[in-house]
Amino acid sequence: MQALTTRAKQVDRKPMTLAEKIYLPAIFKGMAITFSHIFKKKATISYPEQKRPFSPVFRGLHVLNRDAEGRENCTACGLCAVACPAEAITMEAAERQPGEEHLYREEKYAAKYEINMLRCIFCGLCEEACPKDAIYLSETFAPSNYNRASFIYGKEELVIPHPKENPDAYKKALGNRAKKN
Amino acid sequence: MLLTIDWLLIIEKLVLIVVVVLVALGIAMYSTWAERKVAAVMQDRKGPTRAGPFGLLQPVADGIKLFFKEEIIPNTSNKFLFVLGPMLAMMTAMLTSAVIPWGNKIELFGRTIDLQIADVNIGILFIFGVVSLGVYGIMIGGWASNNKFSLMAAIRGASQMISYELAMGIAIIALMFITGTLSLKGIVEQQMNHTWNIIYQPIGFLVFFVCALAECNRTPFDLPEAENELNFGYHQEYSSMKLGFYLFAEYINMFISGVVMATLFFGGYDLPFLNEATLSPNIAALIGVLALFGKAIFFVLVFMWIRWTIPRFRYDQLMNLGWKGLLPLALVNMLVTAAVVLWLNK
Amino acid sequence: MNVTEILFWILSALAIGSALMVLLSKNPVHSVLWLIMVFFAISGHYILLNAQFLFIVNLIVYAGAIMVLFLFVIMLMNLNTDTEPQKNKWLRLAGVVAGGCLMLVFVAAFREAEIQRQQANAAVRLVQMGEGNIGLIENLGKALFHEYVLPFEISSVLFLSAMVGAVVIGKKGD
Repeated sequence: MQALTTRAKQVDRKPMTLAEKIYLPAIFKGMAITFSHIFKKKATISYPEQKRPFSPVFRGLHVLNRDAEGRENCTACGLCAVACPAEAITMEAAERQPGEEHLYREEKYAAKYEINMLRCIFCGLCEEACPKDAIYLSETFAPSNYNRASFIYGKEELVIPHPKENPDAYKKALGNRAKKN
Repeated sequence: MLLTIDWLLIIEKLVLIVVVVLVALGIAMYSTWAERKVAAVMQDRKGPTRAGPFGLLQPVADGIKLFFKEEIIPNTSNKFLFVLGPMLAMMTAMLTSAVIPWGNKIELFGRTIDLQIADVNIGILFIFGVVSLGVYGIMIGGWASNNKFSLMAAIRGASQMISYELAMGIAIIALMFITGTLSLKGIVEQQMNHTWNIIYQPIGFLVFFVCALAECNRTPFDLPEAENELNFGYHQEYSSMKLGFYLFAEYINMFISGVVMATLFFGGYDLPFLNEATLSPNIAALIGVLALFGKAIFFVLVFMWIRWTIPRFRYDQLMNLGWKGLLPLALVNMLVTAAVVLWLNK
Repeated sequence: MNVTEILFWILSALAIGSALMVLLSKNPVHSVLWLIMVFFAISGHYILLNAQFLFIVNLIVYAGAIMVLFLFVIMLMNLNTDTEPQKNKWLRLAGVVAGGCLMLVFVAAFREAEIQRQQANAAVRLVQMGEGNIGLIENLGKALFHEYVLPFEISSVLFLSAMVGAVVIGKKGD
């Protein structure tokens, strides 16, 4: 049969030589290798104290973004829910009442916005679908929990901290994927 | 009414036994820690670091965990033998420490105390005999579990131990030609006056070392407990502290075989380039004990080093090495030693 | 009664009791384990006779090696009570006759020993306990290689031939 590549090698089935039969040279060679590894740099990262930097394309838990004045961007258009391949997003829209202009940027807003983190596959399609830059995948891991209900994230968990009242937390939650405003 | 018994001697020996048992248990505990650390540093990891500084409290945590785990005895097992198995394993592991000379004499409260529980004149054979009984722990535990994997492991363990005992015994016989005594104390004293036996018996030591690995069921001879083919072998059905006993027995066996190797081939509690006569006897004895422990721990570390370096032998390779490799080597070594000793004595 | 005698009686009771259990227990694995107990008790007797070498060799060879092989085989055969073959009536009769003959031999031997003891001085006991050093390795070695060198070598040749035979049988399969 014609070999596909030139890399294929014939397996060597010669009987072992004496040096191979007494095993010892090979064993000492192996022990020297493991011994040299004692002095190598350790690959371990002690997690809670030390953290590895995220990759720029990392997609973690979602945040619902606010604009520079702290108003929620989301208008509850439902495009993210449509785009979602895992059908993890549900929402209910509501009309902005007079006097709520400092809370919501547009006339319509999401009264309820839920993402089921057990269904979510963190593909980022919701982020691409959003016309208002309202939803972003941040740099946080999905945490562990004891019951399923607590994996359904509502607005309390999703909406980002207020950029004026709590600027540090806002910057931290935003990550580096969201468009800076 | 009972004969005049030297009660002080009995108390002295009991204290010594308790100390030896406690020290052996402590060493076994910290061997588990050392094993994980050695494995870690050889694989570019850090190993246990969370419990205490450098993870030093990890064995305590493991011990507490094992004590509080649920005890499960399989329904179809032979209950009595199932419990007897780990007991035997632990007992045979501890028994060997009875004849080992841990150090020279010390003087305490006006008494001269020998740091050896029993100086029997067949010391080395006693160790050999107890080690040969060690296989019962594995066999009984494996059979009583009523489980195919455990039975396989028990049978593997038994045949492996019997095969390697032969070569080990012959290596010891060659050593006996040189020392002329079976008492471990005598062997150590001889080495203190002359040179260490490793100079005369390098091949004997090699054979003994390999056989000791096999007797302790350590990699590359850990077929009885092969994790990935036999699901931990003979202790598959064991849980809680019964499992702990099996694991402990293995580490105690390792430590004891390190001590035996140090005693037989590396001068026991003898520290070279040190004239014991210039020191007070107690300090000299203490240094001796520390020297013996240092040597033994060195061997334990080498055992671990080997474990994290080489893969397991296949079963036929194991038997080939034992019967066609080590046994003839040990026999030739014995004959050559006998001839040389005879020629020199002439 | 001194300590040695107390130990002698305890060990004897243990040996005989375990030997009975070897015969009486239904499970063959238990029989083997009781047999190991018998060997331990007998090894204890060797210590009482100050024969330390025999003590440890008995343990190494019988308890440590031969019984392991027995256990090995029995575990693999997986004998149960229902696979036990039905005993023949004639076989049972033969057993009784053989056992009776053995008992006769024992009685004769004990009588002989008693006569010898009476003939010799009463101070010389049938069994020397805790004294005598024929069982120590040095004396035993000298006895074996001086007085009994021919029987010793003949028996080793016998073992060698048995070993060669085993290898030949093992090779036949290939």
